[in-house]
Amino acid sequence: MKRSYSSQLMAAILVNSVYEMKNYPINLVNTVLSPLSFLIVITFVSKGTLIGQAIEGGLIMSMFQSGTALQGDISHLKNDFKLQDMLVSSPASPSVYVLGMAISELIYVAPALLVLVVLGQIYIHPSALQALEMAAALLLMFVTSITIGFMFATLSSDIVQSFAWSRLLTTIFTTVTPVYYPLTYIPLPFRYLAYLSPTTYAAEIMQNVVGYLQESASVVITDWAVLGGVTAVLLVVVSRKARWKET
Amino acid sequence: MDQLVTEKLTKRYGGKTLALQEVSLSAPSSGIFALIGRNGAGKTTLVRILATELAPTSGSASINGIDVVKEDKKLRERIAIVPQEARTISWMTPKQSALAYLMWRGFGHSEAKKRAEESLGRLKLDKYADTLNRSLSGGTKRKVLAAMVLASEADIVFLDEPTTGLDPISRRDFWDILRELAKDRFIFLTTHYLEEAEQLADTLGILGEGRLVAIGSVPSIRGRIRYQYSIKLPPKVPVPGVSKGEVITGRNGEVQILTNEDEAFAISRSLSVAGTRFSISPVSLDDIFFQLVGEPTQREQEAATPGEE
Repeated sequence: MKRSYSSQLMAAILVNSVYEMKNYPINLVNTVLSPLSFLIVITFVSKGTLIGQAIEGGLIMSMFQSGTALQGDISHLKNDFKLQDMLVSSPASPSVYVLGMAISELIYVAPALLVLVVLGQIYIHPSALQALEMAAALLLMFVTSITIGFMFATLSSDIVQSFAWSRLLTTIFTTVTPVYYPLTYIPLPFRYLAYLSPTTYAAEIMQNVVGYLQESASVVITDWAVLGGVTAVLLVVVSRKARWKET
Repeated sequence: MDQLVTEKLTKRYGGKTLALQEVSLSAPSSGIFALIGRNGAGKTTLVRILATELAPTSGSASINGIDVVKEDKKLRERIAIVPQEARTISWMTPKQSALAYLMWRGFGHSEAKKRAEESLGRLKLDKYADTLNRSLSGGTKRKVLAAMVLASEADIVFLDEPTTGLDPISRRDFWDILRELAKDRFIFLTTHYLEEAEQLADTLGILGEGRLVAIGSVPSIRGRIRYQYSIKLPPKVPVPGVSKGEVITGRNGEVQILTNEDEAFAISRSLSVAGTRFSISPVSLDDIFFQLVGEPTQREQEAATPGEE
C-alpha cells in the first residue's frame, strides 16, 4: 500500500495540538499566558521603557518553550501511553513523527505568537527586513530548542523527571538569561555566563536589529555564527544520539 | 513459509541481565500463539524483539520469512503491537485514537476515518466513539487499543498481556475480540492467565527463566508431561499411597495428586470403595505449568543445597 507522509505529519499535529487544545482548552490558556506574564511584569517594573525588549523576549520564550514542551509531550506519550512503542512497530517514519510533533508545538504557541506579533507591530514597528531577520533568529531558536527537547525526551524514561527537566530548561534558558532585558543589566563577572545560552545570542540579534543594542558588525556576525553553529551541532548530535528504539 | 522461527535468540541487557537464552522455536504464524511464563521469564523481551522494537544480542528471528533485524522496515509494514501497559491517550476519544493511529501508519484521512468507524463498530464501541478515553472503563480502554490495531492493515499483531487487570467478564469479552482478530490475522499473545492461554491458543509456548520450556498445542504439551491426571481431595481425608506421581497439599489443606492414567484409575477405585469424596480430571494448564516451570527451579534449589553445605 502507498503510505502518505502528509497523513503521518497530520496525525502528530492532531494528537499533540488539535485534539488536546479542543478537549483540554486550559492547556492553551497556559501556553498563551506564560510568555505574556513576564512581558507584563517587565513592562510594569521598567515603567514601560523595556516593553520592546520584553516583547522580543516573549517571542524567544515562546519559541524556546516549544522545544521544552516537545520534550515533555514526547516523553509523556512514550512513557505513559507507550505510543512510541506502538509506532516503532509500524510503518510510521521517525523523522516525520518528530517533524509533526515539532509543528504541533508551533501550532500550540501560535496564539501567543499572534498576540506578541501584534504587540510588536504596535510598540516596535519593525521594517519588513528587520522582521525577516527576527524571524530567522526565532527559527534557529525553535530548531535549537526542538533538538534539545527531542534529545531529552528520547533519553528520559520517567514522566515526572521529564516535566521537571522541561521546567528547568525553560527557566535557565529564558528567564535567568537576558532574554527579556538587556545583557548590560547583568553584572560583568556573570555576563559571560549568559553567553553559554543560545537564547542570549538570539536576544542580542533581535535587540540589535531594531536598535535596542548598538553592536558592531563583528559582534552581530559572531552572534549569527554561534546561533547557527549551535543549531547545526545539536542537529548532528540528535541525529546520532537520540533513540527511536532500544538497542 | 507462514512460520514464526527463532534460532538461538538471546538478549542480554547492559551486558549483564540475561533475559532470553538461546530461544529456538518454529510455529505456524496463523491463529493465536500464546506465550506464558512467570514475571521476568522473558515474555516481553521476546515480543519486543519480534516486533522490531528491540535488537537481540545474538541469534535470529523471522516471521513469514522476513528477518526481524535485517528486514525490520519490511516487517513493520505488516505488524502492529499493543505493548504491555499501553494506555489510550486521555484527551482523545476512541474515534480520534483509531483515526490518528491509522494516519500514523500512512492512511489518508478519509480511508482512516472509514476504517476507524468500521473497527469501532465491529468491537461494539461505536456508542463510545466520541467519549473521552479518560471517561471509559478499564476494559473499554483495552478494547479501544484492540480496535486501533484491528482497524489497521497489519496481519501480524502482538499483544503483550492485553487482559492484565481486567475483571473476569471484561476478560471474556476481550477473548471474543481476540478470536475475531485471529480470523484473518496472526496474533502473538503473552499472558499470565493460564486459562486464557488454554482457551485461546492454537500454539502455546512456555518460557521459564529466559528459556523455552515447551511449545506446541495444549493437547500435545499435555501429552508430553509426566502426569496426565489430577485427583483432588478435600482437607482432612486420608491420602492414599502414590507410587508414581506427586502429592501436593494446598494452604487450605486440599490435596492434589498428579499421576499417570493407570495409577489415577487405581486410586479412584480405592477412593470410591472407601466412600471418599474426590474429583478426577485431566491436568489443567496450571498443573502443566507447575510441572514444566516449577520443577526445574526446585531441582536447581536441591542441586544447590549440597554445594552450600
